[in-house]
Amino acid sequence: MKKVHVSTTVNGQPEEALCEVHQSLLDLLRDELGLTGTKEGCGTGDCGACTVLLDGRLVCSCLVLGVEAEGKEVTTIEGIADPDRLHVVQQKFLEHAALQCGICTPGFIVAAKALLDKNPDPDETTIRYWLAGNLCRCTGYDKIVRAVQDAAQELAQSS
Amino acid sequence: MSSYTFAAPTSIDEALSVLANSSRRGERAQVLAGGTDVIVQMRSFDNEPRLLVDVKKLAETNEVSIGEDEVFIGSAIASGVLNENDELKRMFPGLLESADLIGSTQIQGRASIGGNLCNSSPAGDTIPALIVNSSVCVIANSNGNREVPVEDFVTGVGTNCMSAEEFLIGFKIPRPPARTGDAYLRFIPRTEMDIAVAGAGVSVTFDDSGVCTRARVSIGAVAPTALLVADAANALIGTQVDDSALRAAEAACSAAASPITDKRGTVEYRRKVVGVLCRRAGTIARDRALA
Ligand SMILES: Cc1cc2nc3c(=O)[nH]c(=O)nc-3n(C[C@H](O)[C@H](O)[C@H](O)COP(=O)(O)OP(=O)(O)OC[C@H]3O[C@@H](n4cnc5c(N)ncnc54)[C@H](O)[C@@H]3O)c2cc1C
Ligand code: FES
Ligand code: FES
Repeated sequence: MKKVHVSTTVNGQPEEALCEVHQSLLDLLRDELGLTGTKEGCGTGDCGACTVLLDGRLVCSCLVLGVEAEGKEVTTIEGIADPDRLHVVQQKFLEHAALQCGICTPGFIVAAKALLDKNPDPDETTIRYWLAGNLCRCTGYDKIVRAVQDAAQELAQSS
Repeated sequence: MSSYTFAAPTSIDEALSVLANSSRRGERAQVLAGGTDVIVQMRSFDNEPRLLVDVKKLAETNEVSIGEDEVFIGSAIASGVLNENDELKRMFPGLLESADLIGSTQIQGRASIGGNLCNSSPAGDTIPALIVNSSVCVIANSNGNREVPVEDFVTGVGTNCMSAEEFLIGFKIPRPPARTGDAYLRFIPRTEMDIAVAGAGVSVTFDDSGVCTRARVSIGAVAPTALLVADAANALIGTQVDDSALRAAEAACSAAASPITDKRGTVEYRRKVVGVLCRRAGTIARDRALA
């Protein structure tokens, strides 16, 4: 199998890896770089468990080829917290018990943080549409939406 | 070819020569834009190793230019990027909304309108919206670019008029005249993340006395390809696009449809729904034109 050399930046850190062309960015992150926070649910773009930022834009890493990460900046769930404390969105997921099995959680957090970075004061409908590509089989979504609303409120108060 | 290979050319000429070389060697190549169809297909029914040619590094496929008479939209621009362009949104709200219907936020971070058209699914949401705006495909070919109206581009389910050595650079769209509005609506059983059961696009232009002078109507997911429905447009031209004109356009769309029955809907249902969507999209397009 022919491998391609990929140089990319993950969570601000330069990374080098060898990957096969058919491998996804998700495979590259998990299997080559050992960043297993990003999850695989479906592998076909439907569930959002694999959500990362690619050059600042939300994507399903299962629908990006590893070789496409060449020269790009990737942000994963491992890059969301500050070195010494959780990001507000993470903290609020804990406080609101917005997770059960946790498989969907990294994707929800990366997507919710991206929403709040773009729109600090989203209404419930905006939150639900923004997160429509993130599926959760456990929580029933309500606690997730509450956690995101609470995070938005806290961010508004602290700024 | 025993495994997948990858090329990311940085000019149109380079992309054309990569495609030509591969075809000369008798090897399969496939253009890659956002990959939201290609990679899903690689993981399911089509895992034959091939050369993937990424066309996102070309200046032209990422270009948006708004000229006096004509707008150019590059084929590979992600829907999420396109929808941040306020000027395009003002000019072609229906077209941008159709791109905004594709998948989730994450999918829209990658999915392009060029990919939506080239995938050539009967249910591609942007296709009717491109057609009603009289969009023309600009296709790269080693003998020079050629241009094909979108309504003539798709030739069947999953097939189109491009050869293996060509690719889509982008779309030329005439700048909408004054008092023009467009709209696209689709029906899906839920509100997000599904494939259209039926879809309809309408674009109308009015003169200064409020009479419709130009109309285009296109329907999707109710035939092997999206259709330009001249009878529906003719029902609107010369009217004020009032209720009776819209009902005539509705009937013309239902008559033009030749849907199939599948798990998403029956023939009768789709015929009915596509007409209703035309009437509703026509109302929105009219109100936008006269706003
Ligand atoms: C979860 C999910 C939800 C979706 N929802 C919708 C939806 O609601 N509506 C809808 O219409 N679609 C939907 N899709 C399908 C897909 O996202 C769209 O068709 C999208 O527009 C494809 O664009 P792309 O840039 O990802 O194309 P790609 O996957 O890169 O390419 C698609 C096809 O076009 C060819 N191609 C792409 N660009 C060019 C070019 N410039 N020149 C020549 N050939 C080219 C490729 O070879 C391939 O055959 C969905 C997909 C997923 C995974
Ligand atoms: S694993 Fe990528 S969307 Fe489900
Ligand atoms: S917590 Fe289990 S899928 Fe969401």
